Amino acid sequence: MEPLLLIRYGEIGLKGKNRHLFEEQLARNVRAALGDAWPGRVWRAYGRLFVQLEDPAHVPAALERLQRVFGIVAVSPARPVALTIEAIGDAAVEMVSAQDLSRPRTFRVQARRPNKKFPLTSQEINERIGGRLLRAFPQLKVDLTNPELVVSVEVREQGAYVYLDQVPGPGGLPVGVSSQALLLLSGGIDSPVAGWMALKRGIRLHAIHYHSPPFTSERSLDKVKDLARVLAQWGGPLPLHVVRFTEIQKELRRQTPPALMITLMRRFMLRIAVQKAQEVGALALVTGESVGQVASQTLENMAVINAVTTMPILRPLVGFDKQEIVERAEAIGTYPISILPYEDCCTIFVPEHPATRPQLAEVEAAEAPLDVEGLAQEALAGIETVTITADD
Amino acid sequence: MADVYLDNAATTPLVPSVLQCMTDALARVYGNPSSVHRKGLEAERAVSGARRQVAQALGAEPGDVIFTSGGTEANGLAILGAARARQRRRRHIITGKTEHSSVLNACRLLEEEGFAVTYVPVDKNGRITAADVLAHLRDDTALVSLMWVNNELGTVHPVADIAAAVKARSPETLVHVDGVQALGKLPINVKELPIDLLSVSAHKIHGPKGVGALWIRPGVRIVSLLGGGTQERGLRPGTENVPGIIGFGAAAEAAAADLPQAAARMARLRERLWEGIQARVPWAVRNTPADPDLCAPHILNVSFPGLKGEVLVHSLAEAGIYVSTGSACSSRRTGHSHVLTALGLADDVAGGALRLSLSRLTTEEDVDTAAAHIGTVAVELAELVRG
Repeated sequence: MEPLLLIRYGEIGLKGKNRHLFEEQLARNVRAALGDAWPGRVWRAYGRLFVQLEDPAHVPAALERLQRVFGIVAVSPARPVALTIEAIGDAAVEMVSAQDLSRPRTFRVQARRPNKKFPLTSQEINERIGGRLLRAFPQLKVDLTNPELVVSVEVREQGAYVYLDQVPGPGGLPVGVSSQALLLLSGGIDSPVAGWMALKRGIRLHAIHYHSPPFTSERSLDKVKDLARVLAQWGGPLPLHVVRFTEIQKELRRQTPPALMITLMRRFMLRIAVQKAQEVGALALVTGESVGQVASQTLENMAVINAVTTMPILRPLVGFDKQEIVERAEAIGTYPISILPYEDCCTIFVPEHPATRPQLAEVEAAEAPLDVEGLAQEALAGIETVTITADD
Repeated sequence: MADVYLDNAATTPLVPSVLQCMTDALARVYGNPSSVHRKGLEAERAVSGARRQVAQALGAEPGDVIFTSGGTEANGLAILGAARARQRRRRHIITGKTEHSSVLNACRLLEEEGFAVTYVPVDKNGRITAADVLAHLRDDTALVSLMWVNNELGTVHPVADIAAAVKARSPETLVHVDGVQALGKLPINVKELPIDLLSVSAHKIHGPKGVGALWIRPGVRIVSLLGGGTQERGLRPGTENVPGIIGFGAAAEAAAADLPQAAARMARLRERLWEGIQARVPWAVRNTPADPDLCAPHILNVSFPGLKGEVLVHSLAEAGIYVSTGSACSSRRTGHSHVLTALGLADDVAGGALRLSLSRLTTEEDVDTAAAHIGTVAVELAELVRG
């Protein structure tokens, strides 16, 4: 395969004056995704990013990696050729001959010509290259609307490129162009998907996880790290802040009404998350909540929980059904980890009938006997942070 | 932090003497026992030596012992191999409801092959008697497969009585005993037992993981589960796990050497552990039979009704006390243990069960430390749960 990869990107092309910042970030992310394992040279030219790999054998692995770099719309292994129609035709014939031609195939040529000094128009290039391919391969047939094979030609100032396949990228914005947010990451299905959606909008993430030994096991913490590792494959190294939450749960259990337990727990989680976010320079929180999915996710509960902070809380899954979330999780690669049975053992803290419509006054009254600030500070002080990378 | 390992029914640490002879074997005895040259002969002799050691621990002849990859494979080979060898005339199997998953799942495979399987229920001690088995014996019963010692409760089944009763009524019916939890804990002499097949495993007696054995009474025909070479009389083809087998031999010899004393000490420490727990947690419930004749010396199954076994396990692990909720092979699945369910325990009792299991290496200090921590943790958690 061709060791030259041509990367097309979408939205960031539209961003006017900031465009070069986006392109530089994408180039950095591409370099980081390839790392030392698939070394190559990365450069930008005319609204495209190019990667020249050192070893053609690295192409498949590099393609797989680049499919997880947000901002990329498509990647194609491409062949650089001289600026003549003959050279373009030779390359097209050679690349098509490597395809399976044991049966009739339909194709079309799709030329673009940003270099207006080239003597032929796009349409003329299409006709000339199409004609050459038809003469070279009798089993080919032209189909302009729904071809099996698209032979792409890009004519640029310093040379032309021919490519066949387009591997789709994930789209979105390059991670790092949109500041930082802190993801509340549990071991479940939803929160990793919420994190992925934030990454897709270019947000760089930290993650925070609430761990309740002995009510949750070390294996369940490993599971969260495995989920964080998948997110790191999409968004780069992910600092994971692990909060030991047991003392707060015990205090709540001792001093507050069981029906409010979940609401009060989540208020504590938010308080701790907000402080950690401020400490690391994150501007928002991201959660996997979706309205009405479980008792604690009613709008009433969200309102009461949200009342502890003015920091923006992004809830990217708010419009999704469970099935849509599961499909995303499968595509991202988090689903098989999320459904592992190391469920938290903290069900002793979960009442049979959680309040679905708590009033703020009622909740604040329930918190009155607690040293809210002291408990939150103690939990913050006990945070252990590990940075999870894609290749751990 | 304490460091007390009371999960010996799941697996045991290697003892130094076993480690030593395995290290030697790994470094030097690298030949394939099937090779004709001297390196092969050396390995073959080492395997033969280990076979003698294991046979001696069972009261058996070396030629009747087949090495396998462990207890699960020995059980599978015994049950599938014996049933398939008899399937033309006999298509019924009897086993118990509280058997190990390796036995239950082998029986389920046979059900898929058209065999009928009877799963005999247990009494309140988790026990099956000869009368229980005879009640289900049919003219076409090919095999009775029962465990000697239950891995979760420590309950001892009267396998000698059961086998004698089965043979008296139906001499053609084979009797297989899963002896994995009996080896090193109860005296074993296959010459005095009217059984046909006995499974054992190395890593429950301070030997290595990945090796076990099946004893087969001379004249009993079973069929292999795998195609391959002629190793282990063709019943277990594949190049022998030479260092593992050597380790098993050493472990079996060491276990047999001081069995009566070691068993008596374990039984004494097990009762001391129970008394220590009972003194601190009067509401704890003992699931292991109290009658010493009905239980092996190394297992104490105890419930803390209302608490969750997993939470107790994690809490104790934080204090350096390593115990189990039930069988390690099923404790990560959701739902309660099939053994405790078969006993008819209430949900909160079954859900709050801990299995504490001792070994020859367990000390008085170990059980005292464990009892103290179990007491503290159970009382603390109970306060929290009851609010």
